[in-house]
Amino acid sequence: MAKPVDLRRFTGFRAITWLCLFVLYAPLVIVAIYSFNDSTSITRWGGFSLKWYVDVFTGPEAPKFRDAAINSFTIAIGAAICATLIATAAAVAMNRAGRFRGKTASLALINLPLMVPEIVTAVASLVFFITIGFKTGLLTIFLAHIVFCIPFAYLPISARMQSVPDMYEQAAMDLYATPWEAFRLVLLPLMVPGILSGFLLAFIISLDDFLITNFVKGAGVETLPTAIFGSVKQGIKPNIMAISTLLLGVSVVFVTLSWIIGRAGQTKR
Amino acid sequence: MADNAAPLTANAVEIDNVVKRYGFVTALHGVSMQIGDGEFFTLLGPSGCGKTTLLRCIAGFEDVSEGAIRLHGQDIAPLPPHKREVNTVFQQYALFPHMTVSQNTSFGLLRLGWSAADAEARAKQVLDLVQLGQFAERRPGQLSGGQQQRVALARALAPRPKVLLLDEPLSALDLKLRQAVRSELKAIQRETGIAFVFVTHDQEEALTMSDRIAVMSAGHVQQIGTPREIYEAPSNRFVADFIGETNLLDVTVSRVADGAAEILLPGGARLSCPAALGARVGQGHLSLRPERLGITISGQGQLQATVEDHVYLGTDTQLHMRLGSGEALVVRLQNGAGAIPERGARLGLEIEAGAARLLSD
Repeated sequence: MAKPVDLRRFTGFRAITWLCLFVLYAPLVIVAIYSFNDSTSITRWGGFSLKWYVDVFTGPEAPKFRDAAINSFTIAIGAAICATLIATAAAVAMNRAGRFRGKTASLALINLPLMVPEIVTAVASLVFFITIGFKTGLLTIFLAHIVFCIPFAYLPISARMQSVPDMYEQAAMDLYATPWEAFRLVLLPLMVPGILSGFLLAFIISLDDFLITNFVKGAGVETLPTAIFGSVKQGIKPNIMAISTLLLGVSVVFVTLSWIIGRAGQTKR
Repeated sequence: MADNAAPLTANAVEIDNVVKRYGFVTALHGVSMQIGDGEFFTLLGPSGCGKTTLLRCIAGFEDVSEGAIRLHGQDIAPLPPHKREVNTVFQQYALFPHMTVSQNTSFGLLRLGWSAADAEARAKQVLDLVQLGQFAERRPGQLSGGQQQRVALARALAPRPKVLLLDEPLSALDLKLRQAVRSELKAIQRETGIAFVFVTHDQEEALTMSDRIAVMSAGHVQQIGTPREIYEAPSNRFVADFIGETNLLDVTVSRVADGAAEILLPGGARLSCPAALGARVGQGHLSLRPERLGITISGQGQLQATVEDHVYLGTDTQLHMRLGSGEALVVRLQNGAGAIPERGARLGLEIEAGAARLLSD
């Protein structure tokens, strides 16, 4: 085999790498640092303090954030569970049902929400709910979240299912397992890493969503991202940075978990 | 069901004119065979000959396009895999990685409705049979390839299937282990008395283990017979060529009658030899087994040939020779005290009894 090209030798590789990393992560780092600022200014450093974190939990806006957080987590868990169930069923159809009419079209439909501009989905969802006479509120957020979480749950689940050879189910059926038993006792346990990974990804996507939520939420119903946006409209206070940093932390933990579980499942066997 | 009226038979499996088509490709062209109860039956052929397809049809992983597959007289072709009393040892074993050896082995029993205690006892029994009793609580991933192979065997034997199907189960093992497992497998087959249908492309495996062999090629059965019949009395060119080494010579056939033929060898000598069913007068193909040709220093013999090269193989030496008519020929000599003929030496060849056989095409 030819020696692989060493990218690091390309002119400007180092500079471009650092520029990209800087543009991507500098804002996050700055927000995280200033969340520990003792000053009320968001630009001037006034020493280290945890007071804005205390403010998030006990300050004047604390009840609003608490309700929003409860809404966010409830919706994220529920939507992620539903999306994972649907995505698992879809993955079985795509990877185990052989060839059927409209398979390619189905796959495109499952993944379409990844490609449709989110603002279009947001407007369409709102119009749809109004047309069928649904009152906007928690339920509409929940339904909308299930829909856009499906492709995110589907990707790791389907990838995992592709890596499980169908000889295991054949062996199960050869040993007198009905197709359902072969799925439940053999394929499903082998799919667990993919399913968990898909669930966590869907959860975090739902937790972070602003645009669609903002359209389909009813008056007075807030999730964390919409609550934060609401506060920012009245001027950025350092407590926003604290709550953003907390949210960032939750995201990092879940995405990392999702990745570790997905990888652990691949190396096992 | 009308099938219950089928006559009692000593056949474990009857393959009756099975055709398997994938779209425009035909993998099996009307294959028929009977596999006796308690028989070690091998499907032998090169890759793509349809042997694995046939096995998968018996297991139920493939639907047959035409024909019937009867298990102890009952047509199982319409049944799904989990309703067929056959079990499979897969080429890659397909042991469930999330279950212990014991759980793998009792899986089939529990699906059949055995109690947990009975299933565990039976699992222990078959694991002892394959000498893996002490590994019952391990995961398949913690076992060597040879041990995994034996777990796969134990798992498939545990429910006492009417027929055990084995899909090239030794191909993933290294040579030494493969030879050891061969005799072990044969012993287990005798002990359990279950009919084995064994798929392989390895003729040595087939010859050493089988009661009978079906040689397949391109979706057709070429010949069914005991290892000895297949080797010593191949019915056509494909079988003669595929099983063991052979020399195929173009000869002129002057007479065929009662399974014997009179032929004219290149060089002019006459020979009478056995003829396969379907051999005809005219141009024909003669199979000469290399180990049944003897050389004569005097130059006497039915054939004259020149040594072009020799290959030392330990117990034997292979002489690559050329006949006066230009055809190449291989002779195998057992190594002993005698000298090996030099390159360029002109020798006579004696055709021993049973070395030659006229083939049908």
